[in-house]
Amino acid sequence: MRSDLEMIDEWIQPKTRVLDLACGPGELLHHLIQNKQVSGYGLEIRDKDLNTCIEKGIPVLEQNIDEGLQNFDDQSFDLVVMTHALQQFRRPDLLIDEMLRIGKECIITFPNFGHWRNRIHLAIKGRMPVSEFLPYNWYDTPNIHFFTFQDFERLCREKNIKILRWAAVDGQLKDHWWIRSMPNLFSETAIFHISR
Amino acid sequence: MPDVIPADSVGIVSPQIAQFETPLVLSCGHTLSSYQLVYETYGTLNADASNAILICHALSGDHHAAGFHSMDDKKPGWWDSAIGPNKAIDTNKFFVIALNNLGGCCGSTGPTSINPDTGKRWEADFPMVTVEDWVESQARLADSLGIQTFAAIIGGSLGGMQVLEWSIRYPDRLKSAVLIASAPKLSTQNIAFNEVARQSIRRDPEFFDGNYLGNETIPTNGLGLARMLGHITYLSDDAMGAKFGRQMRNDTYQYNYDIEFEVESYLRYQGEAFTKRFDANTYMLMTKALDYFDPASKTDNDLAKALSHTSCEFLLVSFTTDWRFAPERSEEIVNALVKAGKPVSYAKIEAAEGHDAFLFPIPRYMAVLNTFLTRISNNLTTEAK
Repeated sequence: MRSDLEMIDEWIQPKTRVLDLACGPGELLHHLIQNKQVSGYGLEIRDKDLNTCIEKGIPVLEQNIDEGLQNFDDQSFDLVVMTHALQQFRRPDLLIDEMLRIGKECIITFPNFGHWRNRIHLAIKGRMPVSEFLPYNWYDTPNIHFFTFQDFERLCREKNIKILRWAAVDGQLKDHWWIRSMPNLFSETAIFHISR
Repeated sequence: MPDVIPADSVGIVSPQIAQFETPLVLSCGHTLSSYQLVYETYGTLNADASNAILICHALSGDHHAAGFHSMDDKKPGWWDSAIGPNKAIDTNKFFVIALNNLGGCCGSTGPTSINPDTGKRWEADFPMVTVEDWVESQARLADSLGIQTFAAIIGGSLGGMQVLEWSIRYPDRLKSAVLIASAPKLSTQNIAFNEVARQSIRRDPEFFDGNYLGNETIPTNGLGLARMLGHITYLSDDAMGAKFGRQMRNDTYQYNYDIEFEVESYLRYQGEAFTKRFDANTYMLMTKALDYFDPASKTDNDLAKALSHTSCEFLLVSFTTDWRFAPERSEEIVNALVKAGKPVSYAKIEAAEGHDAFLFPIPRYMAVLNTFLTRISNNLTTEAK
């Protein structure tokens, strides 16, 4: 399982009701349904991923998240998860509001653009970073918002969102002390567990 | 006509008839003392009778869903694109049953059948039948075939409504439900279209209040008109545009009411062809069954509540250009299932064909259906071990 997913797996309680936004091929939900008796749904729009979910028996709904989530009732899920996708939506701030309306708690993971390698890339080369981790050019990237660990923290503060816990990891999901001490500089992936 | 039967066809099939002598009390209060259902089957029922799939037909469908009746057949069954060996509904894996619903005109008891009480055709006296009545009669057909639980029940449009009713009425009798281009109830606009269709039939002077066969005639104009109207609503604006555009019969306008545009010719042909194969009373009954269906009406208009006792898993499919049963209508069912915490997957298929898309072998649609059913089939094998 992808490293950030392994990490948040530990934070998810058994037998909860989980909504996974932009669930991809359903890796996380599959694991949770198999091992934690979680009941859940994934939202996805890519044909291939939808089919993979259907193949694995993961309940998956074709729904464009940018068109809204009004069809989900307030507080109707224990947990709303979004892994490595927030940066792809038009209004992350409004989306977070929606996630917290639907779920009692949310877990969000995203690539930390403040990672030192990105900084160096931009500072030295003067061009937008392309890496193994963010393998797109500026013109074809699905990632339309770039933000850092600190940016997200700040948004939570502005919106009075509680950060229940966080983690900052590198590509190999090593939770080293130096990453933890300077997450904005050293984490490749930021993981936040939040609630109202 | 097939010169040779294609390898992925179920081949030559023949309809069978099941006769029922146990009276069936209908929703309208009338009791049918006896009746028959005509059906076809494709594939082989396995030893524990667990691999059966029931196909529920739509407004003008029948029991002939796949294969050919003879080598002289011009066309295969109405859903041949999906049913057959190695097709989406794979007859190598499943035993597929398709029937003509009660009230139909293709061999099951309906308005054109003889009323045992009078010795004459039922015609206008045939009682109204509802989706609930159909499901009840289908359950009896399943009993007679020794099928307790279906691996899947599948239907498009009005057929999807029957699937929904199955899941509510007999939750233990199906493992999975596949609803394609369907809705939990008709919209006002849908009912309005149906009413225009019915009125065009009823106002045909040849209708004779439904007793036209006794008067040795058929309300061809009315039924044809109803079908023309229906046909427009089954296609998307784009699909019609792509097919006909403003193509004309002649190079110049004729300034009269004969056929000027090809689309007029097409509609007239469709209307007329329909009157040769379909009974007007059956058409009226089927549209009323559509109008009446509303399972949530029994649970304070709360669809999630109506679905709360279902125990199968669901697959819903809609098509982007379908405006008769728009994606939003399928999503109403999806949302209710999510609210009720039931397992459901949903695919919105990009398709140009409008409501008719559910009859086309659109690759992604077929892939979704096949993927879902393959897993259902694999589960059966695992359970049997």
